[in-house]
Amino acid sequence: MHGRPRKAPTQEEQEASSLKAVKLRELQSQLLNFHRNKIYTKEAVDISTKLLESNPEHYTGWNYRKLSVQNLLESALDSDSVQSILDEELRLVENALKQNFKSYGAWHHRKWILSKGHSSTDKELRLLGKFQKLDARNFHAWNYRRFITALKEIPDEKELQYTTDMIYDNFSNYSAWHNRSVLLSHLMEAREGHSGKENVLGEEFEFVRSALFTDPDDQSGWFYHLWLLYQTLKREPLLITSWPSTGSNIQLSVNGYLDGQSLLPVLHFQSKARKYPIILCFNEAVEGVCSSTVTVECEYHAGDDLIWTPLSANKLDFAQAWLTYLNFPDEVNSLKPYSVKITVAHVPGITSLSGAPCSTTHTSFTVCVPLHDLKHAELQTMERISWKEEKFRACATQPQDANLLHSLGNFKITMENKPSASDWSMETIFTEIAHCRELLSATDCKIGKLTLARLLMAHNTLISYSRPNDGAEIHYDEILALYRDLMKMDPKHLCYYEDEYSLALLKQLTSNTESLLKYSYEYQESTSPSMKSSLCLRLNGLSLSRLGSMECLLWVQMLDLSHNKLRSVEGLEALQLLSYLNLSNNKICSFTALEPIRMLKALQVLDVSYNEIGAHSVDSSRYLCSSPMNHAVGNDWNFEEFANGGIKLNDHWDAFLVFKDLNLIQLEIMGNPVVNDQLKAFLFKIMPELKWLDGEKCN
Amino acid sequence: MFYTFSRRNQPPIYPTASDSEIESQNSEVLIPEWESSKVKSMLDTSYQLKSLLMFGAYYHQKKDGFESVVIEHLRLNGAYWGLTTLDILGKLDAVDKDEVVSWIMECQDESGGFGGNIGHDPHVLFTLSAIQILALFDKIDVLDVEKLDVANLQNEDGSFAGDMWGEIDTRFSYVAICSLALLHRLDKINVEKAVKYIVSCKNLDGGFGCTPGAESHAGQIFCCVGALAITGSLHYVDKDLLGWWLCERQVKSGGLNGRPEKLPDVGSLILFLIIIDRVHWIDKGKLVNFILDCQDKENGGISDRPDDAVDVFHTYFGIAGLSLLEYQGLKAIDPAYALPVEVVNKIFLAK
Repeated sequence: MHGRPRKAPTQEEQEASSLKAVKLRELQSQLLNFHRNKIYTKEAVDISTKLLESNPEHYTGWNYRKLSVQNLLESALDSDSVQSILDEELRLVENALKQNFKSYGAWHHRKWILSKGHSSTDKELRLLGKFQKLDARNFHAWNYRRFITALKEIPDEKELQYTTDMIYDNFSNYSAWHNRSVLLSHLMEAREGHSGKENVLGEEFEFVRSALFTDPDDQSGWFYHLWLLYQTLKREPLLITSWPSTGSNIQLSVNGYLDGQSLLPVLHFQSKARKYPIILCFNEAVEGVCSSTVTVECEYHAGDDLIWTPLSANKLDFAQAWLTYLNFPDEVNSLKPYSVKITVAHVPGITSLSGAPCSTTHTSFTVCVPLHDLKHAELQTMERISWKEEKFRACATQPQDANLLHSLGNFKITMENKPSASDWSMETIFTEIAHCRELLSATDCKIGKLTLARLLMAHNTLISYSRPNDGAEIHYDEILALYRDLMKMDPKHLCYYEDEYSLALLKQLTSNTESLLKYSYEYQESTSPSMKSSLCLRLNGLSLSRLGSMECLLWVQMLDLSHNKLRSVEGLEALQLLSYLNLSNNKICSFTALEPIRMLKALQVLDVSYNEIGAHSVDSSRYLCSSPMNHAVGNDWNFEEFANGGIKLNDHWDAFLVFKDLNLIQLEIMGNPVVNDQLKAFLFKIMPELKWLDGEKCN
Repeated sequence: MFYTFSRRNQPPIYPTASDSEIESQNSEVLIPEWESSKVKSMLDTSYQLKSLLMFGAYYHQKKDGFESVVIEHLRLNGAYWGLTTLDILGKLDAVDKDEVVSWIMECQDESGGFGGNIGHDPHVLFTLSAIQILALFDKIDVLDVEKLDVANLQNEDGSFAGDMWGEIDTRFSYVAICSLALLHRLDKINVEKAVKYIVSCKNLDGGFGCTPGAESHAGQIFCCVGALAITGSLHYVDKDLLGWWLCERQVKSGGLNGRPEKLPDVGSLILFLIIIDRVHWIDKGKLVNFILDCQDKENGGISDRPDDAVDVFHTYFGIAGLSLLEYQGLKAIDPAYALPVEVVNKIFLAK
């Protein structure tokens, strides 16, 4: 049904078409009749031949054919007659394919016949050669080729040569590049050790470079190049940051009073429930984080009963960030700091999605629970957070804040072993950067620019692995300039470049303490002595369209992301200390897009006013959150409990999903089309702790 | 220095068109607000009636042309495409529900599966279409769910066969998973293994093929991403890599091609861009205009490319695409189950 021109048929064509239609209809009804009555006479089989040659998509016809072959084989007397039965089928398939090269039924029939074991694979390869010359991109033919080569046990090296030939013939042949990636994956798996992989990838970079330099605007080679880049960067999963951070001193309190010690560069954590979180962040999603793969050593805890929770949507077993809680020591008045040491992956068991095992890492910090003044305990009453500009005071001028940030910013984990093969990766990336620059000096190529930005980003990442705390801010300005260029050059994909730009910008901002300090503010709602000031990270008004580098911000308790272009808040789930969050004036389109917030148990104040919730008929994060539609919610789906008073499930199931587990005290939601009195009443109902909604106090 | 390769532009069967090359110069003025009145007027009201007529032609077999007879064996698919299109347009009432339902039930084989038409062999592709149509009409209860034999099509490695003849394809994984999910019977299969098999078909570009090692193309990716969405397994999808590959499918004309260096057509790509939340990476206004350009404004319906002959399949994908691009006046469609959102919500939320 593809590529048929739209035109009114002439009288003659119409007549010819209906004549053909009458014939075909006759054949089809005859076939169904034979099939129903299990008639496999020569006449009947001949009818099916005619039918399948003119309509190879007729799947019931192919089924009939298989039954007739089985029937004929049962009465076949010798191997010659078996051979002739099967040959006839192969001939039929060949004719059918000439009629329709894309017929699934015909290709499968051929495989089915071959599974009877009576054809020469050489003949099949010759036939394929003919077909693949006619259409080098037909994926049925390529699939069949893989089927035959597996059947004949043709070595991967030989097939690799075939793809080389095809690419030399026409380097725009994406199907050949694809098959090359499949074959090389097998070959690299088979060859033990790193040097094999390194040699293969080195040669492939050179090979694809020829194609890229010949026509930089052809996509095929670039996709292959990107795949090579991923193979070069591929490594074992790694613990990259934690909270409390490595080497940090943390003071715990129940009520938030530290008796004048708050000026010291120590991190203070308050919990009425007398427990504090430990967060581990990996460079990719991992599974298997549990008390047997992670040891927590300190004098107050045995540590073997800890329960680790993956911080991810959909209740998965995989997550980049993992959470557990430690209790305050029973000796509340112990002034003596004690140290906590965490060892990750000392035994195998933590693995990435692709099954690679995590390497062993350590992190340690000290904790102390100072004496505190119990009589202050009831003083603090929560005031409404207004986020007003005048309540903020820049930190850059305060030396004690700088010290605090320095201690917080020391988030990099020291690895037990230097990551394997990193020198080679670094060198390879370096070479590719040089070649990419050379190409761009000759031509203004879109994907070339994008590739350079990706290579530079990869280079930065590798540097940060091998030299943590270096604070190196090498390529960021160049990367950001490249993306700005791309936005102008290729406006069709503006939002893609904006997303990549945001990720690079956040990497730059979080890459060292000095830059973080520029975005840090002290926030104080009122001058009342009962209100402590809070340290707020303000990443507002930066045109961010997505979030990244959250693993560097695990310490953040107050975050201002207002006046950006955020559509998604993926990544926020790692910020388990977050209590105050401002997302106002962004582009959040639905409640389901707020799913990551659902996991923020410390969150008390949320501002999502002036977004686009309810403004769109299509919800593109519908499948990125856990819902009954994707079978990720179980028995806790108790919507009905709340669904009285005219609340319709269809209208508010997503609000229910996000807010039911939150303990918000203050919520701003105005300026979203979804808001109405009914929704507000519903929100009060599912969040009994809620005191303020859009500035109105609950009564 | 590197000029060792040749490049041929015209493979004889499916020419790689010049417009599928990468656009590098600044494009003409965009229509960022595709809701603009200029665009809106293009899908005129009589269009809906015309598409209704076209569906009628498919369903009642009034057309005697060769093209119609050739696809007789997949009329159940055609009915799903046509009826879903009508529902998105808000015109499902025009169809005699009981007549359709009784015809569907006549397509059911003794073994429990559905054939593509009366008298044809059962195949899981048609079982899904039957379930989807019954869902549209809120008539799933006419099915004897225990009799449907979808779960038995699963193989030991987690893959699915399409029928008793054993062809394996990730399309069938999607179809089986979608069918069972709509019937609340996912527990009848090994979901973990099914997911694992689909993941083993992942490729260099983040897309998926029909079997391990097979090349990615748009239709197949829709099936795999859809199946992973339904089973809550989207973490296996590299959303940024796949999203970028997908957004690079958009060519100058605004249309999307199914594979690199191919012609654009009206297809399923938009569905999984929505599922993985990367639809903003394409130029939606241009895509809307491309789909509208594929309308046959005289006789109704949408074709694969402008000025080609229309068919019910591309009409369905065109209208579903417009719905997902928030084109005014169309019902929202669910990108994973490929049914109107209200139908899907009713099945899954109101237990």
